[in-house]
Amino acid sequence: MKRRLLLLLPLAGFLLLSGFLYLGLSLDPFHRDSALLAREFPAFELSTLEDPEAVVDESLFQGEVTLVNVWGEWCPTCKQEMPQLLSLAERGVRLVGVDYKDTRAKGREFLEEFGNPFEVNIFDPEGDLGFELGVYGAPETFLVDSDGIIRYHHTGYIKPEDVEQTILPEVRKWQ
Amino acid sequence: MLTKMIPEIGHFALVIALLMAFFQAVMPLAGAATRRPLWMAFARPMAAGQFLFVVFAYLCLTASYMLDDFSVANVANNSNSMLPWYYKFSAVWGNHEGSVLLWSLMLAGWTFAVSRFSRNLPEDMVSRVLGVMGMVSTGFLLFVLVTSNPFARLLPSVPQDGADLNPLLQDFGLIIHPPMLYMGYVGFSVVFAFAIAALLGGRLDAAWTRWARPWTNIAWAFLTVGIALGSWWAYYELGWGGWWFWDPVENASLLPWLAGTALLHSLAVTEKRGSFKSWTVLLAILTFSLSLLGTFLVRSGVLTSVHAFANDPSRGLFILALLGITVGLSLLVFALRAPRVGHVVPFSWMSRDALLLINNILLVIVTVTVLLGTVYPLLLDALGLGKISVGPPYFNTLFVPLTVILCVFMGLGPSSRWKRMSARELFRRLSLAGLAALVIGILAPLVVGGEWNLWVSLGLVAALWIVLPMVRDLFDKIRQAGSPSAGLRRLSLAYWGMVLGHLGVAVTIIGVAVVSNYTVERNVRLAPGDSVEVAGYTFTMNDLRSRRGPNYLADTAFIEVSRDGSSRSFTMVPEKRLYIARGMPMTQVALRPGLFRDLYVAMGEDLGDGAWAMRIQFKPFVRWLWLGALLMAAGGILAVVDRRYRLKRQPQTSQQAPSTREVPA
Repeated sequence: MKRRLLLLLPLAGFLLLSGFLYLGLSLDPFHRDSALLAREFPAFELSTLEDPEAVVDESLFQGEVTLVNVWGEWCPTCKQEMPQLLSLAERGVRLVGVDYKDTRAKGREFLEEFGNPFEVNIFDPEGDLGFELGVYGAPETFLVDSDGIIRYHHTGYIKPEDVEQTILPEVRKWQ
Repeated sequence: MLTKMIPEIGHFALVIALLMAFFQAVMPLAGAATRRPLWMAFARPMAAGQFLFVVFAYLCLTASYMLDDFSVANVANNSNSMLPWYYKFSAVWGNHEGSVLLWSLMLAGWTFAVSRFSRNLPEDMVSRVLGVMGMVSTGFLLFVLVTSNPFARLLPSVPQDGADLNPLLQDFGLIIHPPMLYMGYVGFSVVFAFAIAALLGGRLDAAWTRWARPWTNIAWAFLTVGIALGSWWAYYELGWGGWWFWDPVENASLLPWLAGTALLHSLAVTEKRGSFKSWTVLLAILTFSLSLLGTFLVRSGVLTSVHAFANDPSRGLFILALLGITVGLSLLVFALRAPRVGHVVPFSWMSRDALLLINNILLVIVTVTVLLGTVYPLLLDALGLGKISVGPPYFNTLFVPLTVILCVFMGLGPSSRWKRMSARELFRRLSLAGLAALVIGILAPLVVGGEWNLWVSLGLVAALWIVLPMVRDLFDKIRQAGSPSAGLRRLSLAYWGMVLGHLGVAVTIIGVAVVSNYTVERNVRLAPGDSVEVAGYTFTMNDLRSRRGPNYLADTAFIEVSRDGSSRSFTMVPEKRLYIARGMPMTQVALRPGLFRDLYVAMGEDLGDGAWAMRIQFKPFVRWLWLGALLMAAGGILAVVDRRYRLKRQPQTSQQAPSTREVPA
């Protein structure tokens, strides 16, 4: 009997480990959020896509709830996301773009082709701001409240149904 | 218009493969349990069919890459029309979906190989082994189809061009590193299947070990090469000259290797002496479980790592379920059935049996240490105790001393005898070699390096302590045989495999010790015309140019290097590339490799006015790291071609009672 209990030991150890792995699984997706949520939008100083001479910084987000979308011409998913962003802009949501790891010419071409829902586009060719934001890739979207605090983080493509179901309710919540 | 349908055809082939895998799992296992030959006969044809269809699906995905079909999401996200063809070919496994498909392909391949090379196995054994592999395969194919379909389309808006393959992966090392690694991971499924089959059938004898050993050796050799390639790639591609970072994903590959190493030795004892049976079976389960755990850690994104592909919780949950079912069930089978195959063979504490047991325990301790360090951040986080990361300090403080202790026993092992031997005899055999290892190890750094270093000496003593007793043992064996040629002929290939494998460990240890302590590194500012001296070499920047590659722009420096006091010189050409499609900068290191030292030049940032930050390193003996790994792998392969695995085995039928008899090896 004692030997049999001993033989069950590996199984018990494994079950314990898988319990933790399961917990880890449900923990982690929120990890990256919690690192940014309720924090101020990171400080930056970059030119805009529209005008190489104009310099913008984090004060851009003072006074109004803003949806910050990280995109790039090189990102095919961003193209699919544009209709959703355009419809959000039509409904009065203020949008600011971050043109991430791109060239000016390509970025402008992209907006001409797919429409421009953004009030202004921060030009981030080296990905410095993206790094501060902890962006893994594009598209990623952040909701910043009128005090410049990040309130919501959407990783990946905003699906058509996300507009009504998640993004708009979040925007209204912080307005 | 057939080419337009390639992704759908591939997807369909994968579905058929899944069905075949399912039948390959269910019918033979049920047949073996109820003794129905017809059901058991499903095993081989289904294995062949599954392999065929997975190969076909894999070729379909490759074709989509080659034909630049950007309507396939996988291709659009990981390829580009400018990408050279060989990278398109390898880009297939440079992403999550494709690499899981490669995993399945290899599993199907190993299964097929087992079904072909198992003519001499009893039918019920074959059925159970293939059945278990079919279960694993069913799980993985389901995983591919349900959560990670590589053939998913981006319709209707098809991108004009792809996002390009991550530049880090556009490299020869990365073409071959994942396949080698996966061959190892997946290869352990064979010995795992053999272990489960043995538990189910109640048969675990010397014949069983002889069937399982070659597969284990080959898988282990692949994994060894795979890990070495990964380390080599990190060394020249990541641009800072490190070769091991204790990154969770690196650990994930090291874990099954450590457990697999223990398994190799435990199998040897089980074959020769018929002992440690339960332990061997447990190690077989553990080794493959750790392969699966590695897959889980990489794919689920529960741990942050440079290798993580996808951060998708549904995938993580699926793999966890897969892991839970596979490992949980097999450990349950183990707990219920292990007593039936257990069998105690007496041995003295002064014997090779005992030494190998200690080796096993040590290797398991090392495995657990690395495992704990890898999942510890996760455990703390799950318990709400905060976020930490466990880095090299933890691993180095525990891994190094444990390895040294392991080396002490590695030196003793090959010189010891099975069953029992007197302590005096062992001392007689080893004293001279031990003394020589101590003296040479302590003095060599002084004579060669000029500067004494404790860690280098420790490494050298450990390495020599492994090698010298083996050399002595070799001479002993030759002397006993009379003439050298007769003596060499009498030594089996398995013996040479062992010698080569242990020699490999020694070589790697020397490499680690020397390169970790004698590396010279300088970060300097270089403009054209400037020169700098590092470790007795003069580096002069002659020229700086820009050029355009197939899918990148590059700044290239031409650096003339000459050894002090020598008139001969050579040019090293480091490069800073900007990959156009991803806008991603990459460092292309210039290397001057040598058996005793590497020179390493990497470009940092542009400092303006034509000056660049340069990282110049002198890395002695760094090649020995990987050379040792190659020797280990060669040893593993050499042992497989040993005569005794090729001899026609006695036919054994399934009607035989479970036997525990000894077969002289």
